[in-house]
Formats: sequence, structure tokens, C-alpha cells
Amino acid sequence: MKKEEQSAAEKREEMFNRWIKAEETEFDDEKAKQAFEKRVKRFKEIVSLNKPDRVPVMPATNFFSAFHAGHTAEDIMYDYDKLEDATKSYVFELEPDAYFGSNMTGPGEVFDAIGYSLYKWPGDGAPVNTSYQCVEKEYMKPEEYQDLIDDPSDFWMRKYLPRIAEELEPLRQLGSVTDVIELPFTAPYFIPYGMPEVQEVLNTLMEAGEKALEWQQKLGKIDADVVASGYPVFMGGAAKAPFDILGDTLRGTRGVMIDMKRRPEQLVEATKRLVPLISKMGINQAKMNGIPMVFMPLHKGADSFMSRDQFREFYWPTLKQVIENLVDEGLVPFLFVEGAYNERLDIINEVPEKSTMWAFDETDMEDAKEELGDTACIAGNVPSSLLVTGSKEETVEYSKKLIDKVGKDGGFMLSNGAFLDNAKSENLKAMIETAKSYGTYS
Amino acid sequence: MSDTLVEAIADLKEEEALNLVNSKVEEGADPKGILDEARKGIEEVGNRYDEEEYFLPELMLAGELLDDIMKILEPELEKSEEAEKETHGEIVLGTVEGDIHDIGKGIVSFVLEINGFEVHDVGVDVPPKKFVEKIKEVEPEVVGLSVFLTTAIEDTQETIEAIEGEGLRDDVKIMIGGAPVNQDMTNHVGADDFGDDAMEAVSIAKNWVGVN
Repeated sequence: MKKEEQSAAEKREEMFNRWIKAEETEFDDEKAKQAFEKRVKRFKEIVSLNKPDRVPVMPATNFFSAFHAGHTAEDIMYDYDKLEDATKSYVFELEPDAYFGSNMTGPGEVFDAIGYSLYKWPGDGAPVNTSYQCVEKEYMKPEEYQDLIDDPSDFWMRKYLPRIAEELEPLRQLGSVTDVIELPFTAPYFIPYGMPEVQEVLNTLMEAGEKALEWQQKLGKIDADVVASGYPVFMGGAAKAPFDILGDTLRGTRGVMIDMKRRPEQLVEATKRLVPLISKMGINQAKMNGIPMVFMPLHKGADSFMSRDQFREFYWPTLKQVIENLVDEGLVPFLFVEGAYNERLDIINEVPEKSTMWAFDETDMEDAKEELGDTACIAGNVPSSLLVTGSKEETVEYSKKLIDKVGKDGGFMLSNGAFLDNAKSENLKAMIETAKSYGTYS
Repeated sequence: MSDTLVEAIADLKEEEALNLVNSKVEEGADPKGILDEARKGIEEVGNRYDEEEYFLPELMLAGELLDDIMKILEPELEKSEEAEKETHGEIVLGTVEGDIHDIGKGIVSFVLEINGFEVHDVGVDVPPKKFVEKIKEVEPEVVGLSVFLTTAIEDTQETIEAIEGEGLRDDVKIMIGGAPVNQDMTNHVGADDFGDDAMEAVSIAKNWVGVN
């Protein structure tokens, strides 16, 4: 059968089969292999809006594993033995149906090497037990929209990187690589590489590369071990809403909001320009990893940021396109809706059916189920504050109620609504256990 | 005629509003009167935000517009006149230690100001000691703590404890706001109330100082 003739559903079936087979994995034993298959099948079933044997459960975790294992957030960003210990302690002791992936917390040494200034992270300006936080700033000036639209990669290389990483600042002296077209015009492009400060950048890049490779190898081993024990890694790849790329780390929140009023055409054009780039990022990563789930955190299209009309004009069209591009390749966008989407549930219901998962935080879950019930799997909503400050009993009660309200007919995963750092282990364990004991489908 | 500037600002017609301000200044109008009109316009922006006709883009644009108008008026305004603004009360506002989230706090600050409060914004990643010092300095009716990270919930609690430790707790009402905030967390950290959004912060603060 030719690939081109496959439907999205057939491709998705193939991706899930790849995930289930986990061909590169040598499972610890037959039991682990079967447990792994069972877990992945649960996700496959809920995406198709069916009922598996029970409600699946996968907490969205960031630095939680460090807190759980008694390490600091800084520890697991720098010491990969501790990252391994943290990851395994969390997964083996709490036994979720999958874990998000140990790459979420990133390699501190790579960020140190490039002088990364876009974020503050534990051990670099943030306390050792605080999650990394984005430094809000205008990293792209309003008059640079056309540069971005003309050639995003060139903008990223020569303007953006020098602004978000101190050690890469000299990259601004490079010429545009597309100048290399014909013999007489070729050599000038290479001149900046002769400058000492640019050569220093090349050393920095090599150093960062070595650190990143070291991290990736260790990460590969951690993930392989966890999978071999029967626990799937959930995140195959990542993508974002094009509007958020501009609003989070290029123009900043204030910048992008002002642009909606002052330069709406350019903003929309820029979001369109980013669609193929961000789609390819998710597609390439997920296919390489053989896992169909593509994590898409959604930020600035929430109810409190913009009106329905603005959501329809600025946020949704290009997000929808990215979702469709991923679905066309047999992938399952996992849309992580921060804040609330109560005022736009009917709009997001335009996604291809039985192809996406939506994790909500403050969105009304009953409304979400009612609106999206025949279209998309929903998840989430157990509040972080409950898991951090509440009791085990309260967590069980909340989880049970949630299952009663929206989990009875399948197409539902129990999870929390915002990424977890310092939650109480007993609460998270209670949430996971509730799905297992209370969430069974007879 | 005097409604035109108010309307231009309320409708966020930037160019028209700035032209009107400039021509009024050139005509020798009282800069304080112009400022009052500008404030009325911004108040209307606040009302429309409250009624969910406006959202963050409009609110942030209104902020920029007000800044631009102030740039024109400031040289015209006598310092003494400028300080004459009546307020419902004073509020010390900041994001707690360990947390650098600025956007939510900025919105709350702006909305409180356009609703008649004087806001002392102490910034982000603010240690308890700095809150205490500012409270001692300005003696506000209300303290607002912004918290986004769950890891900063403890810092919120510590800030309130520090205020208590200095014997200031009975002098101020404390409200909290931010992503993880709800009633349970409010009880947990020992705050008086919480708001889900900027307008709730306004109604809580108004209630506390006894205005409608």
C-alpha cells in the first residue's frame, strides 16, 4: 500500500501500533510487555472515544519527580543520575499509565553554555526548588514582523538567538545564508566566520552540543528503562499555537496584545507563516520517537485574554491548521489548555473527530464533555492547589466526582490541569489509585 | 464637545485622542481638565472590560494610550496639581518571592488604578521583608499578593506571616490572585480573600474600603 493513499485514521492506527509494539524495546519480562501494551491501548481507546478497561490516568508533571524523590529542581536539571532516580521513583512508586517524559526539565549545562537568558531556572537566578520561568520581554521588535515573515529561520538565527542567549550574541554579525548562490557572491558570506568573536560562538556551540548529546544519551537510557518496565513515555513531540509562539517568547504578552490592535494584518500573516514550521516540528519529533502524542500547551487564547471574536480571528485559524496537519500525519495533538476555554468550546469543536485530546484546567468539565463528547477526548481538571495543599481524602473525592461527571462513557483521562512541581506524593498517588479502583468500566 | 476626548479614549481611537489632547493643549485648555477627561475615558475602558466587551488587547492599548497622553500633559501640569488625585484607598501590590510573573499583576494594578485606587507596585520576586517595609511606609488599606507558581504558595504564606510578625496584620486586608489561587489556598496561606480576575480584585478592594 502506498503511503500517500492512507487516510489519517489509517496512519493513526499505524502510529499507535508502532507505539504499542515498541520494537526497539527489550522488555524486562512478558508481564512488563503486556502491561505496556495494555496501557498504550487505553490511550488509543479514549482517543477513539471508546471505553477501555478503566479510566486511564497520567498526571502532567514537571519538577514533581524531583520533589517526590527528595531531590531539588536544580538537582535534576544538572545531575542526570538524580534525574534518573527521580523519574524512576515517581513512575515505579506511583504507577501512572504513562509519564510525560523526562525531557521536560531540560539540561542546565546546555543553558549555561549558551548563556540562555530567556528563562530563569533553578540554580540560575531562581531558587533551587522553583520551576523555570520565562522572562517576559520584547524579543522581537514590532518593526521586525516583515523580517520574520520573509524568512523565519534567518530571523531566528541572526536576530532571535543573539537576544535570548548572551554567548550567541555575535551571531548577529553573520550574513544571510541564502546569499550563497553563485561563485562571485559565495565567499563574502564566510567572512564573519573569520572574526574571533564569531569563532568563539562556534566553540560555544560545540560545547553546548556535547552537553546536549550527553543529556540526550542519558535521557534515552532513562526512558528506555522505564518503557522496558512497562510504562509508556507519553510525549512523542511538541508543537504550539502559532499565536503563542509570538505571544510567549517573541513579542511577549503585552506586545502581541497591542499588535492585535495596531498591526493586526502583520500579526495574522506571521502566525500563518509559522504554521508549516511548527507543524513539522511536531511531526518530525513524533515520527522519530514512534509515539503519536504531540504535546501542545495553549496559553494566550484563553477566555481571560481575548474575546471569542478575537480568538476566531487571531488564535484559532492557525492553531486549527497545525492540529489538522498533525492529524493528517496520523498524530494525536494533546492540547493542554491553561486557564479556561468556557467561551470557546463550540469553536474548538471544529477539530477532526476522534483525533485529539484536550486537557483542561479551569474549563467547566461538564460543559466540555457536552460540547466535545462526540468529537474529542477530554482530560485534566484536578486542581494543582488541591494536589499541593489539600488532603488525600479531598483528592479522592474530587477525582471520583470528576469520573462520575464526565468519565462514565469513555473518552476521558484523569489528570491534573496545570503542570505539577511540589504536589504531595500521597495526593498524586491517591488520584492515580482512584482511576484504577473507581474508574473501571464493567 | 467635551465628550469627544472621553469617547475617543473609550473607543481606543489612538490618533484621534492624541490629536484632541494636542489641540486642546495648544488652545490653552486647563491641563488638569484634560487629564480628568482622559481619566473618564479610561474609566469607561474599565467598564467595558468589566462587561466583557473589552479584553486584554484593549486594556493594554488603553494603558499605552494613557502613557502617551501623560507624556503630552506632564510638562503642562504643575507637580502639586498632579498629586491632587482623590483615591478610594491605597494598595501595596506585588508578586511573591521566587515568582517572576508580571503580566497578571500588571493588569490588576492597571485596573485597580483606573477604578480609583492608588497602587504601590513593588514588582516581582518580592521578599516578605520588602512587602513589610512598603506597608510600613505607605500604610495601605489593602495588600495584594500575586502568585503563579505552586512552589510559591509557601512564599505567599511566609509573606503573610511576616506581615503578621510585624504586628501589621490587623491594619491591612490581604487579597491573593494568580493561577493556583482558590478558596482552599486562601485559607491555607491565611489571606482574607482571593480574586479570579482583575475585576474581582476591584470589587473586593472596594468592598473593603467601603465604596461601591
